[in-house]
Amino acid sequence: MRFNPYKQGRLAVAAALLAASPALLAAGTGNIYVSSEDDDVVTVFDGKSLEKVDTIEVSERPRWLAFSPDHTKLYVACGDEDSIDVIDVAEGKVTDRLTDIDDPEIFAIGPDGKHLFISNEDDAQFSIYDIAGKKAVTKIDVGQEPEGVLVTPDGKTAYVTSEVANMVHVVNLDSHEIEANIVVGNRPRRFALSEDGNTLWVTNELSGSVSLIDTQTNEVSDTIEFNPKGFRPEDVTPVGIKLSDDGSHAYVTLGRANHVAFVNVKSHEVEDYVLVGDRAWGIAQSRDGKQLYVTNGLSDDMSIVDIAQRKTLRSIAAGRVPHSVVIDTAAE
Amino acid sequence: MARRDLRSMAGSLRRSVLLCLLAGAAALALPGIATAQQDLEAFDFGYIGWNDDPRYSEARIEREYQGEPWGRPIDGARVAIDEARFPGMAAGVKFGLNEKLVANTREVLETVRAMRDAGTRFILLDLPAGTVSRVAEEFAGDDLTLFNVAAHDDRLRGAHCQANLLHTIPSDAMRNDALAQYLVSRQWDDVLLLVGPERADKVVAKSFQRSAKRFGLNIVGTRDFVLGNNPRERDRNNPKLLTSGVDYDAVYIADTQSEFARNANFAIQKPRPVVGSAGLVAQAWHWAWVRHGARQLNNRLEKKADRHMTGYDWAAWVAVKSIVEAVQRTESTDYAKLATYVRGDEINLDGFKGYRMGFRDWDGQLRQPMLLGTGNWVVARAPLDGFLHPDNYLDTLGFDPRESACRLANEKKGS
Repeated sequence: MRFNPYKQGRLAVAAALLAASPALLAAGTGNIYVSSEDDDVVTVFDGKSLEKVDTIEVSERPRWLAFSPDHTKLYVACGDEDSIDVIDVAEGKVTDRLTDIDDPEIFAIGPDGKHLFISNEDDAQFSIYDIAGKKAVTKIDVGQEPEGVLVTPDGKTAYVTSEVANMVHVVNLDSHEIEANIVVGNRPRRFALSEDGNTLWVTNELSGSVSLIDTQTNEVSDTIEFNPKGFRPEDVTPVGIKLSDDGSHAYVTLGRANHVAFVNVKSHEVEDYVLVGDRAWGIAQSRDGKQLYVTNGLSDDMSIVDIAQRKTLRSIAAGRVPHSVVIDTAAE
Repeated sequence: MARRDLRSMAGSLRRSVLLCLLAGAAALALPGIATAQQDLEAFDFGYIGWNDDPRYSEARIEREYQGEPWGRPIDGARVAIDEARFPGMAAGVKFGLNEKLVANTREVLETVRAMRDAGTRFILLDLPAGTVSRVAEEFAGDDLTLFNVAAHDDRLRGAHCQANLLHTIPSDAMRNDALAQYLVSRQWDDVLLLVGPERADKVVAKSFQRSAKRFGLNIVGTRDFVLGNNPRERDRNNPKLLTSGVDYDAVYIADTQSEFARNANFAIQKPRPVVGSAGLVAQAWHWAWVRHGARQLNNRLEKKADRHMTGYDWAAWVAVKSIVEAVQRTESTDYAKLATYVRGDEINLDGFKGYRMGFRDWDGQLRQPMLLGTGNWVVARAPLDGFLHPDNYLDTLGFDPRESACRLANEKKGS
């Protein structure tokens, strides 16, 4: 973390805000947390008013965000300082740092909350990190530029994409062995897993598609392509994906095509493309399930999308190069 | 070859580990992947360059001329081989490189023949245009695909094009079209052209003249320069005198030796930008490019070669990558299948430049964006906004089918 008078000033303001807003102190506030890569902060918005209520200083280049299962901690991958910062959600500030993690971008937290599962992009490794012991306990070689990580709710399996190998690695978390390599589209990025655990969705950034993997057979069962009107194929770069809380739809952010695709989970039909900001990546669903929050990395804002109307209601400034967005829902 | 996935390998590994345990050889606890690799079939790429290549002299490399190689492009191929490890395992092969440095064209031909006879089907050539052309001619009709990773000469993609030759390094036309697009987009329409004494300089200048005409730039004058400080030649060796007495928006320098061009930037008469061989240079790659995963690729090359990545490294890297992609998507190592796939429309090559790339069927050139860079930054990526093409915006760079003197696609259709 860098300290300068300006930032310390902001910290003081943040502390004052914190004291004045008791809602921040409770878990499951519905607050929205957004990381901004170039500002080295996580910005907190009130889930109802969408007003900025806090700015939390973190290490350099914060990207991926994930809550601990009990939502008392928020973990922030800070790539340029080789650190995953730990925000105490109630206190609204960084209270711990997990260091010596090479350029972390994406990670997942196991269901027990004790381990982080991290893709180490530059080392072509997938590592399992013990939070209490503050060290990597296992490192597994994977394809170049590992990116998205998903750990199954039973904690037995991790899925990791390799952007360069065009693959999803299936890692057995008991044996720490790769059980399967599934070839998907080009530059696979991120995951979503169906509620029943049988279908794994993975976005293919350079193919402009999503691959659906049958987790029983580890085979690709379908591929859904995105063709929003007026965009060249190379601008359709799906990255973020969220399965709706009711399981009916998948929402896919299309990167430079500036849209979110609404995909019917049953029919696999792309029902709609909703216009958002420039280079849409991060996506989250509001606590009441009615809205989507989409972070737009190149227009420095976050789009608020009404799910029923399928349109963007407004955009709010979200720091420079907003990367990820998560919602403080009730503890899992 | 049957495609095997790692699951079955892991299965056989577990069996073999069990056997080892039964045999009391429990000490043999190799990690799964390393053991599995022993079953993989070798799939080697060839790589041929000059053993005594002046481009790679220590003194020259130290100068880090813009647009020139800063080390042998085999480093790029090596990075691609590393990246191909997992795709290779899934396909049951282990990709490798067979590097040969030779002294002359005769040895190149002998080496290609030996590689071919040993089963190598894809060979990267870091050789001048004339030699590349000669090799392609010699092995026409063989089960062999040659990749030109270093020669920009337009004629290799035009009158001298050959069906067994693919170009991953951009042509002079592509580089100059990219620069021309940039100049037009800034409305720097009047260009003074300075041309060096080398034959290759004239070739580059001619290519720029074509680009200027294509995009509507106005060449206000063409002047020949020479190197040196001879006062009797100062009207031809002094950048200031060479660029006076005429008005222009930019100066294009055609200098394949780079020494004059390097010194000309900020040394011309008017406060105008220098482009071409120095100043703003169009290349296949730039070490300061950061988008589309470029940072990670740059890091890998730097780790491997202890230097910055150039367009030549990129060309060798993407040549290997194109075949790895073909192996992965066809689930095959059959030459005919790979050769067809890599040249086809279906391929979606990720060059870390943000566009889907593939080879042009009319001349074997890899269509790709150009990076317009200064010494330490990429100012723009071409094609620039607003330059449109009915088929593919990337085809605003270089010869499109209507302009090309090469007729590979027609021959293919006719045969």
